[in-house]
Amino acid sequence: MRRRAAPVALEDVLELAEAETPPPPPPPRRRRWWGRPWRRGDGFDLRDLLAEGVASVGARPGRLALTMLGTVLGIASLVVTVGLAQTAAGQVGRQFDAVAATQVVVRPGSVLTQSGEERATGRLPWDAEERVERLAGVEDAGALAAVDLGGAPVTAVPVNDPSAPAAVSPPVVAASPGLLDAVRGRVVTGRSFDAGHDARADRVVVLGARAAERLGVGRVDRQPTVFLGEVPYTVIGVVDGVQRRTDLLDAVLVPLGTARADLGLAAPEELQVRIEVGAGPLVARQAPVALDPGSDDAFDVEAPPERSRAREAVQADLNATFLALGAVALLVGGLGIANVTLLSVLERRGEIGLRRAVGATRRQVAGQFLVESVVLGLLGGVVGASLGVLVVVGVSVVQAWTPVLDLPTAFGSALLGGLIGLVAGAYPAVKAATVEPITALRGGV
Amino acid sequence: MSAPVVELVGLTRTFPGPPPVHALDGVDLVVRAGEYVSVVGPSGSGKSTLLHVLGLLDRPTGGDYLLDGVPTSTTSERHRARLRGGRIGFVFQQFHLLPHRSVLDNVLLATLYSGVPRAERVDRARAALERVGLDHRVDAAPTTLSGGERQRVAVARAVVTGPSLLLADEPTGNLDSVSSAAVMDLFDELHASGLTLVVITHDPVVSARAQRRVRISDGLLAEL
Ligand SMILES: Nc1ncnc2c1ncn2[C@@H]1O[C@H](COP(=O)(O)OP(=O)(O)OP(=O)(O)O)[C@@H](O)[C@H]1O
Ligand SMILES: [Mg+2]
Repeated sequence: MRRRAAPVALEDVLELAEAETPPPPPPPRRRRWWGRPWRRGDGFDLRDLLAEGVASVGARPGRLALTMLGTVLGIASLVVTVGLAQTAAGQVGRQFDAVAATQVVVRPGSVLTQSGEERATGRLPWDAEERVERLAGVEDAGALAAVDLGGAPVTAVPVNDPSAPAAVSPPVVAASPGLLDAVRGRVVTGRSFDAGHDARADRVVVLGARAAERLGVGRVDRQPTVFLGEVPYTVIGVVDGVQRRTDLLDAVLVPLGTARADLGLAAPEELQVRIEVGAGPLVARQAPVALDPGSDDAFDVEAPPERSRAREAVQADLNATFLALGAVALLVGGLGIANVTLLSVLERRGEIGLRRAVGATRRQVAGQFLVESVVLGLLGGVVGASLGVLVVVGVSVVQAWTPVLDLPTAFGSALLGGLIGLVAGAYPAVKAATVEPITALRGGV
Repeated sequence: MSAPVVELVGLTRTFPGPPPVHALDGVDLVVRAGEYVSVVGPSGSGKSTLLHVLGLLDRPTGGDYLLDGVPTSTTSERHRARLRGGRIGFVFQQFHLLPHRSVLDNVLLATLYSGVPRAERVDRARAALERVGLDHRVDAAPTTLSGGERQRVAVARAVVTGPSLLLADEPTGNLDSVSSAAVMDLFDELHASGLTLVVITHDPVVSARAQRRVRISDGLLAEL
C-alpha cells in the first residue's frame, strides 16, 4: 500500500487548521480539496446515458454474446430468408425470361354456339409466318397444324401385309419453315426444309428425334424414306432440342405447302412466335391485326405478362412465407433480450441502489437499462445481418446463383435489432426504476 | 456556532408490520457544519435506518428533517435525487463498487449525476484517487483491490463531487485494523478541512476518533 499522498495532505490540512483557529469560522461551502466549486455544470445527458449503457454492456463480454445470440439468430434468419427469397425470385425470373417470357402463341379464336359446339371465329392464313415475322419484336415465327391421315400408318417400309398388327404411328404435323427456330429446335443431322420445299410442295419430311428413333432412321445421307400411308416421303433431317411444343419430337414434320396440296390440310392451327424480351404486350396487340386486319377477336393470343409484374408476383409469394419464419425467429430473439435484461436488473440491484444514492433519478436508471437493451439489440442486429449476408452469398455460390439482397433490407434488419431491443427492454427498465434504493443497498452487490 | 447541516425534529420511521417496527422513535438531532459525529448502538437499534433517512434514500414516517435548513419532507423525488448527488456522499460497509468497471470509472460514476462539468470529471476523479493514495491503481478492476483499498476508492467516490455531508455506515466493518486506520485517517483529514461527517460504527476505536458521539438504542438517540 502506498501512502505517498496522505502525509502531504495532512500537512496541508494542519496548516489550514492553524490558520483558521481560533475561532473556527463556518467553513465556506466547497472551498475544499476534494471538490472545488464549478461554474457551469453538466447534467446527466444523452451522451452520459449512451456512454454508461455501452460501458455496462461492454463490461461483460461473455454475457453480451449470450444475450445477443437470440437476436443474432433472429436477424440472421430474417436476412437469410429475405435474401434467399430475393435470390430465388431473381433466379425464377431469369428462367421465366428465358422461355416463357419470350414466347407468343396465336390460335384461331372460337366461340361456343347455342347448340354447344365450338365454332372458329378466325382462320390463320397460309402465310401467317411471313406476316408476323415482319412485326417489330418478333424474332422467329412458325405455323403448324396436326395432319389427319385418316388412320393410314406412318412407316419406314411400305405396307405390304395389311393383316400385320399396325404399330402406333407417330403423329404427322405440318410446319412452316420458320417453326423450328420459333420453338428453338436444333437440327441434329441433315437439314430442315425451307421456303422452296414449302412453295413446291416437295414430298420431304423432317423427323423429331424420338420419331426418328422409333422409325429406325439414324442417318439421312442416303435419303431414307418414310411412308405416309403408301406415299413415300424423303427424310431430309432430324431435329432435337425443342423447348416449346416438345411433342414435336415425337412427330413427323411435313412442309405446310405439302400438307395443303397432298394431305388436304384446311388451314394452320397455331402460330408459335419467338419474341424479344419485353415485347409480349406489343406483339400480342399487333399480331392479330397483321394476320387479319378486318376482324376483331378472330384470334386468341397467349403472350407473357410484362416481365416485372411476373417477377413481383413470384417474389411476393416467396417473401410472405419466408418473412413469417423470420418474424417467429425475431420474436424468440426479443424474448431472449427481455429475459436476460430482466435477470440483469435483479442481479444488479446493488448497482441500481448505488446509482440512486449518488444522485440518479428513477428515470435515469430506467433510461440506462433501456439503452443497454437497445445497444444489445443493435449489436445483435449488426452481427446477425452480417451473418445473414454471408450465408446468402455462401448459398448462392454453392448453387451458382447470383446473390440478390437489397441494401435497405440489410441495414433495415440491423436497425430492427435495435427496435427489438427497445421493445424488449421496456419492461425491465420499468422494473429497474421501481427498485427501492434502501432494499437494494441492504442486499449488497 | 456554525449553521446546522442536519436538523432532525421528532423524527420517526416505522416499518409497517405486523408487528410494526419503530426503527426510529422520535429522534432529535442537530449536526452543525464541520462536525464529526459517530453513531453507536446495538444491532437492530436503527442506525442504518437513520443513515438512510439522513441520506434522503428513505422518507421518515413522522417528524421533520431539515437539510441545510430546508425541510425535505415535501421535496419531490427528483429534487431529492439532485440533493443526494450534490450535497451528500455515501460510504457503505460493503463498498458497493461496480465489479466490472475500473476504479476510475467507479469514482467517475458519482460525477455523472451531480452536475460536475464534463471536462473536469476525469481530472477531479484522478485528483480524488490521488488524495486517497490510489493514483497507481486507477485502471485496476475493483475485484483486484484489497478491502482497505476498495474502501478508499469508495471514499474518493463519496467526496469527488464536493458534498457538504459525508455519511458512512460501518465503513470499517469489513476491514482489518491497519486498513481501518487508513480510512479513519482519511476521515480525519476530511473533517479537518471542513467536511461534515456522520459515521455509524460498532468499533469503539473508530467511534473515539469522532469529535462528538451519540448512541442510539431502540430508536431513541442520546448524546454520550
Ligand atoms: N424494510 C424493512 N422492513 C421492516 N423492518 C425493517 C426494515 N428495515 C429495517 N427494519 C428493522 O428496523 C430495525 C432497525 O434496522 P437497522 O438496519 O436500522 O439496524 P442497525 O442499527 O443498522 O443494525 P446493524 O447494526 O445490525 O446494522 C431492525 O429491527 C430491522 O429489522
Ligand atoms: Mg446497519
